[in-house]
Amino acid sequence: MAEAPIVEAQDIHLAFGDVKALNGASLCIERGTVYGLLGVNGAGKTTLINVLSTLLVPDSGRASVGGDDVITQSRAVRRRIGLAGQFAAVDDYLTGRETVAMIGELYGLNRAEALRRAADVLERFNLADAADRRAAGYSGGMRRRLDLAASLVGRPEILFLDEPTTGIDPGSRLDIWRLVRELVDDGTTVLLTTQYLEEADELADLIGVIDQGRIVSEGTSDELKDALGDNRIHLRVRESDIDATLRVTEGFDDRVELAGGEFNFPAPNGMGSLTAMVRALDDVGVEPLGLSFERPSLDEVFLALTGSEDGSGNGPHVAPAEPQESR
Amino acid sequence: MTATEVRPADSPPAEVHPGRLGRDTWVMARRNLLRYVRLPQLLAFSVIQPIMFLLLFTYVFGGAIGAAIPPAAGGKYINFLLPGLLVQISLFGATQTAIGLTDDLARGVVDRFRSLPMARSAVLTGRTLADLLRNAVVLALMFGVAFAIGFRYQTSLLGFLAGVGIVLLFAYAMSWVMAAIGLKVVNPEATQTAVFLIVFPFVFASAVFVPVQTMPSWLQPFAEHQPVTAMVQAARALMLGSGALEPGQTVSGVVVVAIVWCVAITAVAAPLAVRIYRRSTRT
Repeated sequence: MAEAPIVEAQDIHLAFGDVKALNGASLCIERGTVYGLLGVNGAGKTTLINVLSTLLVPDSGRASVGGDDVITQSRAVRRRIGLAGQFAAVDDYLTGRETVAMIGELYGLNRAEALRRAADVLERFNLADAADRRAAGYSGGMRRRLDLAASLVGRPEILFLDEPTTGIDPGSRLDIWRLVRELVDDGTTVLLTTQYLEEADELADLIGVIDQGRIVSEGTSDELKDALGDNRIHLRVRESDIDATLRVTEGFDDRVELAGGEFNFPAPNGMGSLTAMVRALDDVGVEPLGLSFERPSLDEVFLALTGSEDGSGNGPHVAPAEPQESR
Repeated sequence: MTATEVRPADSPPAEVHPGRLGRDTWVMARRNLLRYVRLPQLLAFSVIQPIMFLLLFTYVFGGAIGAAIPPAAGGKYINFLLPGLLVQISLFGATQTAIGLTDDLARGVVDRFRSLPMARSAVLTGRTLADLLRNAVVLALMFGVAFAIGFRYQTSLLGFLAGVGIVLLFAYAMSWVMAAIGLKVVNPEATQTAVFLIVFPFVFASAVFVPVQTMPSWLQPFAEHQPVTAMVQAARALMLGSGALEPGQTVSGVVVVAIVWCVAITAVAAPLAVRIYRRSTRT
């Protein structure tokens, strides 16, 4: 892929008063991929999205979308993007069709084309039946889908999804996941923020862990887990083989845990450790009853990277940016 | 403050095709007007209050104030009151611009609009246009009641309509002021308080309800020369004739002063509101 990345952000700083919402955030997103920005409340996820979607101007640093600078060519950037914010920004008194068509017109489509595309996306988002009802009667999940539909009517190159499934029921969450995957199949790039590790794991090609205004780690889900270096091997042998097995494992690591014929020990070299172990056991004629390789969960990775309790609550350094306009 | 040189993004007002601004303004105005069409109770509420004012002031104060009103009012307080009340009501109506915008801000709707490749100021031009039309409807309903309880213009239909025109022009100008306030204050409840703190002194320390000469001398200079009084004098002159004015004033004179006020207010407030809007965001 020689194509230039669709999003490039370098060393973005942005403070709201004393709160450093972004503190040197850098980011690079390849076309056609899903980038998951993972972090707790107040880590800077929304602020970063707002900078990339031209809503906020950073104090320093530069960022571009599709090669257009978000500061000096903000209008060109806005033609490329779709934004679905944290809360479904839907007018209760408008119907689904009116909402989507209105956004279409504001993307510059004429009314007929806007209505045609509105019908398309509503169909695709499973809202065709509700299209002519007012959004006031929609469920939470439907409102989210409507909001998402509206952000896609302009056929953006990249879609910014700010916590797309926060506060909706599990069924609707699966719906949104399916829709995001379909979008990517169609070639749309997606940048999504989430507090849910599972969501990043499910959807993102690349995950960036954001903490205190900067990306502290980045990689695929597997890479992040590997980076933690805490893979473990789980081995079960016959009772008669325990002694022989002990002699083998002692050569690997001194942190072996043994309980009733079951061994559990770290595998610092990942799969490499596992293969070496199998060979060594074979050499001494031990045939395992069970052998498995365990990776740390993304939760553990997250905890190790941010020192935060978990990915769902407020971290220790939460400083919600006041919704204020500076200067 | 580091690197202020990369902050100018709020300045270059990306040149917008004039046709685009008109079109987007209408899309936004239609959105805002649909709210009143779909939720008619909102319009009902915004009409009930003015009509209540009209009835209360006419029947409660009418007797007491009657003696102080100029003879051009034809001896009826309501004739004196209505032009002033129209100004008051249009000003109250203009506060809705601030309320509506802060509501859009709070719900993230403004963020959505600001992320679109639309004419950015259309969110404001569409809002102020819709509020102007709503104000016109409210005023029309008020006339109905006013005529029913005895209001009669003392000039001509043309004069009456010209007076209404001045009032609506003022309402439009003040909508921009309210837009700037709402976008600056952001919080809906705080905005509600802020706009009325500003509106009340202007409405009551003015010629809306009583002639300025009945006020204490320290208050008179303010009451005499502030924009609400200028509007009221122009509307009264156009609806009741030159007899409603103080000696030395002419109908054309007060009308020109009123129009200059409206143009000046808009010329200052509109660019200011657009400037603040460019930097407004929910978070």
